Amino acid sequence: MLKGRAFKFGDGISTDHIIPGRYASLRSNLPELAKHVLEDADPTFASRVKPGDFVVGGQNFGLGSSREHAPLVIRMAGVSAILAKTVARIFFRNAINLGLPVLICDTDKINDGDELEIDLAAGTVKDITNGQVLTFGKIPDVMLKILDEGGLIPYIKKYGDFKI
Amino acid sequence: MGKTLAEKILSEKSGTEARAGDIVIAQVDLSFVQDTTGPLTVRQFQAGFKSLASPRRTVLFIDHAAPSPSGALANDHIFLRAFARQSGCIISDVGDGVCHQLVAEEFARPGDVIVGADSHTVTAGGLGAFATGMGSSDVAVAFGLGRTWLRVPETFKIEVAGNFQKGVSPKDLILHLIGLIGADGATYKALEFGGEAVRRMSLSGRFTIANMAVEAGAKVGLFPSDEMTRKFLVAQGRGKDYQPLSPDADALYERIIAIDASALEPTVSRPHTVDNTAPARELKGTKIQQVVIGTCTNGRLEDLAVAAGILKGKRAAPSVRLIIAPASRRVLLEAVAKGYIKTIVEAGAIILPPGCGPCLGLHQGALGDNESCLSTANRNFEGRMGNPKGFIYLGSPATAAASALRGEITDPREVM
Repeated sequence: MLKGRAFKFGDGISTDHIIPGRYASLRSNLPELAKHVLEDADPTFASRVKPGDFVVGGQNFGLGSSREHAPLVIRMAGVSAILAKTVARIFFRNAINLGLPVLICDTDKINDGDELEIDLAAGTVKDITNGQVLTFGKIPDVMLKILDEGGLIPYIKKYGDFKI
Repeated sequence: MGKTLAEKILSEKSGTEARAGDIVIAQVDLSFVQDTTGPLTVRQFQAGFKSLASPRRTVLFIDHAAPSPSGALANDHIFLRAFARQSGCIISDVGDGVCHQLVAEEFARPGDVIVGADSHTVTAGGLGAFATGMGSSDVAVAFGLGRTWLRVPETFKIEVAGNFQKGVSPKDLILHLIGLIGADGATYKALEFGGEAVRRMSLSGRFTIANMAVEAGAKVGLFPSDEMTRKFLVAQGRGKDYQPLSPDADALYERIIAIDASALEPTVSRPHTVDNTAPARELKGTKIQQVVIGTCTNGRLEDLAVAAGILKGKRAAPSVRLIIAPASRRVLLEAVAKGYIKTIVEAGAIILPPGCGPCLGLHQGALGDNESCLSTANRNFEGRMGNPKGFIYLGSPATAAASALRGEITDPREVM
């Protein structure tokens, strides 16, 4: 069970919003890079987010670059899951590969600051603030196994190959 | 039931009867990174593997921050060069050009599966390769295993009839298409291009279109491999890499979109999303302070030829910085030989080294507060060109050159 607060963002949050190219010189210094997480979408996010909180987006979350640093800095901020109405393909794969769950659900029903409780096994998001319960789409089996191992590299170290 | 291009390639590379929706494990024919995604890829690789599956089909490109604007990025370059020496993989260093252009010129073959740690890896779909962008962990595993897992995508067939009018180019076609279906209109799908306008289209134009497939969310943008492909490969000294490739006539498509090329106009994407398109003529009067011609989208010889044709004997507006970034050293050398560079510099342009240029805001052309740029690149996201207070418009090389002359967004047909 995951519990935390929702940080609500709009549609079309790109990888440039999450961690812009102008900080590429910090990519081999991850603790410094992570200070700029989501800076161009909400400059106060990095100072307000607490371990366990959730990033809640709208349509096409994570569009743009293939930079795995985007889900990485979100994970480093302590975020325990990303919720969105739809998510861009590469970002989805990257987040799962880092062991960060991405859940597809109707995020219009969640407001900024709501307290959420997520049951990954049951596939439900309970919004404690407004009392609503949302269900999220099934994560494909191959990705679920990668998520279970905490990411792609631990998965490959354990199995030595893809097991589909 | 016949197969789409994506199903054909993934069947061949997975040894299965791959159909849309299937999950397959496919052989990877080429895997690569660039200098902003490479260090993380190498570290992930080193955490899980000891040696590369195929060193001579593994490439590290130094193109995004080339030459480096900072010590930290120069150190990343040193790290990549050391990994190349130790692992035996290929390195393409500062000044060689943008990874996607070099993949097209030197490495990609029709029917290949290619994974790159850069979202515009889709560019090689222009010559019939199933080429897709992935993150560092996925590419690290492709480095080590020589395989990756893929969900076989459903396909949107884009049938392009007619002839492009004067001043209209493949860039206008892909901007129009993205405006039509939206920035997430093809998420997880393959785009497959066909029709008479595609049969006549040069590989340069095909690469421009394939390059932007990801801006509609697509996994790949695929073109058939045909006589134009063969000529391109022969010109690169790689005629032996040619094989014809086409979809089956009875392939199953999720959606078919018909476009009449002769009805297209010069098209521009407005800030801050690629699908926010409008005809260039409707944006007349929009002042710009910078024009960029280049990048993996439009930095090829044909693009510079179009720009030189419009700029010849004229001067860019004094209020505009006109920045040119050729896509590769070969492009630069050919543009010098043909006199395009002389023409463009005489028009007031600044020539950057072959590479990504200012596209991703890392160096050489960041925007100031409230400045606007017309760029031939593929993205206009907020903050993309180094400043969240900048505004980016996307257009063709013709629109860019015409806009540079006037200092405002201009339909190129007005100056041709």
